[in-house]
Amino acid sequence: MDFGTIIDAAFSAALGPQAIVFALAAIGLNVHFGYTGLLNFGQAGFMSIAAFGLAVTVVTWDMPFWLGIVVGMIAAVVLALVLGIPTLRLRADYLAIVTIATSEILRLIFGAVEFKDTFGGSNGLNGFAGTYQRLNPYGDGVDLGIVSFSRNDLWSITVGWTLVAISSLLVFALMRSPWGRVLKSIREDEDAVRSLGKNVFAYKMQALVLGGVFGGIAGIFHILKQGSAVPTDFNTTFTFYAYAALLIGGAARVLGPVVGSMIFWFLIAGIGSFFSQATSGADPLLPEWLMTNTQASLIRFILLGLGLMLLMIFRPQGIFGDRREIAIDGR
Amino acid sequence: MAVELSEARAALANVSNEPGAAKPDPIVKGSNITRTFGGLKAVDVEHIEIQRGVITALIGPNGAGKTTLFNLLTGFDEPDEGDWAFNGKSLAKVPAYKVARRGMVRTFQLTKVLSKLTVIENMRLGATGQRGEKFFSAAFKSLWSSQEDANTVRADDLLARFKLDAKREDFAGSLSGGQRKLLEMARALMVDPELIMLDEPMAGVNPALKQSLLGHVKSLRDEGRTVLFVEHDMDMVRDISDWVIVMAQGQIVAEGTPQSVMADQRVIDAYLGAHHDTDITEIDVADLEAEADAELDAEAEENKS
Repeated sequence: MDFGTIIDAAFSAALGPQAIVFALAAIGLNVHFGYTGLLNFGQAGFMSIAAFGLAVTVVTWDMPFWLGIVVGMIAAVVLALVLGIPTLRLRADYLAIVTIATSEILRLIFGAVEFKDTFGGSNGLNGFAGTYQRLNPYGDGVDLGIVSFSRNDLWSITVGWTLVAISSLLVFALMRSPWGRVLKSIREDEDAVRSLGKNVFAYKMQALVLGGVFGGIAGIFHILKQGSAVPTDFNTTFTFYAYAALLIGGAARVLGPVVGSMIFWFLIAGIGSFFSQATSGADPLLPEWLMTNTQASLIRFILLGLGLMLLMIFRPQGIFGDRREIAIDGR
Repeated sequence: MAVELSEARAALANVSNEPGAAKPDPIVKGSNITRTFGGLKAVDVEHIEIQRGVITALIGPNGAGKTTLFNLLTGFDEPDEGDWAFNGKSLAKVPAYKVARRGMVRTFQLTKVLSKLTVIENMRLGATGQRGEKFFSAAFKSLWSSQEDANTVRADDLLARFKLDAKREDFAGSLSGGQRKLLEMARALMVDPELIMLDEPMAGVNPALKQSLLGHVKSLRDEGRTVLFVEHDMDMVRDISDWVIVMAQGQIVAEGTPQSVMADQRVIDAYLGAHHDTDITEIDVADLEAEADAELDAEAEENKS
């Protein structure tokens, strides 16, 4: 058993690009669900439409990289408007149904054989990250003992954590303002807010767009850090992992999604590495009849699910949440 | 202000007691408002006028359509047909938030406090025209902090007036039922409405708090606002209202001063019941009625003088 490898895997994942993608996506969900109470189950849709906005612009249409970024962000905004206009006047559940359906529709369109010329079919698109990679100032990767990153990852985490920091700052600035107060009030009781002369629909739309833009940034960052845009990456699991990260950290807290995402990936990678080692080699720690090497990679998800259940029972407010706020719930 | 008030009240003296009677200075004027739920005609109001500057009570049995009429007037529900105007401007098809901005603010039968916000945050939300509520200026505190401070001063004054200042930093969800009613009323005042509509302000409030709530409602009128409230508590209706509108089965069946309405046979039949003024443990009904009438007359005399 090599604990160094386990710790390296856990910390590298917690600080690495994958955690950043989920942190950004969860920041968006925090605006939607945590602050405004909008049930967006299709964050993966916002991610995929922005990602393919960039990839299609650069690869298919052969346009500049920065124009692709703009197209990607605009696509996320447009998606928010298209989803919001019919559903935000209705009860919260409708948004949930429509968003999850839309994210699946988008994923299937991007992976469809019929649109192979545009979206690249199930293999997706690549060759759009050249500009991003050329901006990399680092000469080599780093190995700090407990964490190690390749040259590309080092560049990605520099860009990624900067984006997370800017996004968190923006959320902090917005949520302490009267604007943020209106969002939180809408989460509590829409009609009360309406009776005080606030245009609830407009605020929900603004929140949906803002959170969708964070989702778009997450999607673009996701395809840049790996250099390819693959439709199957953007399945519903993506959204639910982001929700898991948000709930672990604590909804309606600025740093909740960020810390939640780090913990999520720390545990996923750490537990995965532990069980993979415990079941490999000539004389494994866990005997073959108990767990085989192929089962080991799945056990982390079982444990994660168990962990989430325990969290919801014993600390429903997440790491950062305020117990008092939760205690009042259900009236 | 006092002169205006007595004028407004005096003006009502000449208003007929027929349903839908015209008022000398109506702030709300509506006609032919109907709303059906399935086969049921929940509201079918031929004509309604609310006098400016006085307290008008809307009473009637359960299911008479009082709350539905409230919802229709404030834009929370859409009527099948009908038109109504606030300060002479039509409110048909105007969304609820715009109705509130024009100065017609309501509270709810089941109080709607924002549980997970503190009391003072609940209050601040009520302020209108906040620069910090616009998305593009929200992120820059310097653009809205001075306005926020001014709103906070106003909110603190109102909290002190409603004796909620000790609860300033508590979550609104931790307040008692009566305190929630107070908070909702205070929050509505942050909007600075001309007409404040209270949906059962006394429901679930203990007798001691009821007294102070009565005082608060009167003080709203005394500072020049118009009050319209729905209530089942006849003591309250008798005590503070200047005019009473009675609804039954969606229609206005009678209106008038509290004294005249409570003596009106139609109202007694539809809502109050013959012995509404007597203690049910008493047996000698006739005696009590005579007593009550005498009392009412005395009160009427008092009000005249």
